Amino acid sequence: MKEIRWHARAGQGAKTASQLYAAALLQAGKSVQAFPEYGPERRGAPMRAYTRFDERPIRRHDAVAMPDAVVVLEPSLLRDVDVEDGLREGGLVLVNAEGSANGYLAVPAERLAAGLGSRFVNLVMVGALAAALGEPSLEELQSAAAALLGAKVDPHALAAALAAGWEHVWRG
Amino acid sequence: MASVRTARLLTGSEAVANAMRQIDPDVVPIYPITPQTPIIERFTRFVADGETSTEIVNVESEHSAMSAAVGSALAGARTMTATSSQGLALMVEVIYIAAGMRAPIVMAVGNRALSAPINIHGDHSDGYLARDSGAIQLFAENAQEAYDLMVMAPRIAEHPDVLLPVLVGQDGFTITHSAEPVELLPDEAVRAFVGEYRIPAPLLDLSAPRSQGMFAMPDYYFELRHQIAAAMERAREVIEEVAAEYEELSGRRLSALEEYRLEDAERALVCMGSTAGTVKDVVDELRAEGERVGLLEVRSFRPLPIERIRAACSGCSEVAVLDRADTPGGVGALHAECAAILCGSRARVRGHVYGLGGRDLSPAEIRAVFAGAAPRYVGLRSAS
Repeated sequence: MKEIRWHARAGQGAKTASQLYAAALLQAGKSVQAFPEYGPERRGAPMRAYTRFDERPIRRHDAVAMPDAVVVLEPSLLRDVDVEDGLREGGLVLVNAEGSANGYLAVPAERLAAGLGSRFVNLVMVGALAAALGEPSLEELQSAAAALLGAKVDPHALAAALAAGWEHVWRG
Repeated sequence: MASVRTARLLTGSEAVANAMRQIDPDVVPIYPITPQTPIIERFTRFVADGETSTEIVNVESEHSAMSAAVGSALAGARTMTATSSQGLALMVEVIYIAAGMRAPIVMAVGNRALSAPINIHGDHSDGYLARDSGAIQLFAENAQEAYDLMVMAPRIAEHPDVLLPVLVGQDGFTITHSAEPVELLPDEAVRAFVGEYRIPAPLLDLSAPRSQGMFAMPDYYFELRHQIAAAMERAREVIEEVAAEYEELSGRRLSALEEYRLEDAERALVCMGSTAGTVKDVVDELRAEGERVGLLEVRSFRPLPIERIRAACSGCSEVAVLDRADTPGGVGALHAECAAILCGSRARVRGHVYGLGGRDLSPAEIRAVFAGAAPRYVGLRSAS
């Protein structure tokens, strides 16, 4: 089983990111689970979300204590939150940031999204995570995004944001 | 667990809202509360989109929601609602009335802690508060089971031998807000499975006018309340009949009690809800290490599958019972009942309270429970 932890502020789309990543893996034949963890419900408060996936059916419902990868949608959280808490040995940390961020894998998601005329920082980071972990494929992500969010948002805009993150990591 | 290839990614709330859409109840009186709100948000969207013909009754409190549900169910309309925590607490007064008037209302519960202090997360305190109301109470392990039990619930509630409210519980946030693979049955299969709503004496049957909600003095009250207990006894069989029929339809068997790897177990753990899934993983690990352990997952808290619990534990020397609600000044409810059921058996019965207000129960803590090394309050931080 692999476990992902998403850090963001409430309202930045981490829950959607955790579910989109899970939905694409489900299409790819994996068993999945995605869930948010809120404190007091208010926009802007630090929150976490999680994605689990496995070849076998997932039955457990305990908290994710030792993630294999951590994705930080909001760089200002690096000051307040120990994003490496419980991270497995050799685990990956992706941060929405320019240049380098404490030695973590930086993805300039804000800029990449703005370049597309969109605000889908969360989708850029989902694309980047999939490229970094090697699954699911970009096509699976794009198709899952169209199914999950296509009723509200132009699927081309979704696909472009995912591709931007994916290509940024893929090209190194 | 759904086969992932045909399953959709749905939260427990969305799964239950879809079950409600497919059942297409006549009336849903409703008041929102976290973590139930996504159920009714999703369901009212289905109604607004014309996917059901349900009449939504927006009320000013859960007390009114349940009161409207009693009137509507007895009038002759299939009636459903949903709530959590304080909302269920406010409903409880009227749930006793619903049971006493034999109103087969089906209700989704996003189980959540009770105030104070205020807390929005999962435990079973609200369900325990409704324990003796006369309502049937089922607990789902995951989003798929929440859907399955919701589809089964009208058949159980409305069965002529039962005619009682049914509460379908799912752990707040852990299931209500957790997205998992869920396999939905075809709409027409669900409609055929639940069938038409029929009760023996609908109030709107003007050809046979009747009075309901009568006064009963010491000469009849006891007998009338005892009829609820008798209906609960019959419900045991009805639940298994409906489960067997549902298995033919879905391939999934949701019995009142699931025995997991108990065949030659020396030590058993008893619990309800989402924790059961985590325990199954721990049982597999301990089995791989040569330990003879197993799980009794109680899906039907009311009626409690008493004889089956006794039979399932007949070979066990140690039984640990987990209550996700406290009984201050007493013994955990499920613990006390299992101790009574197993009185005279060779099993030593221990009780633990865990998970209040959404406190996580880790696999390491479950191992400690199996090893007999866990304190009575598992996961409680010490005062120091």
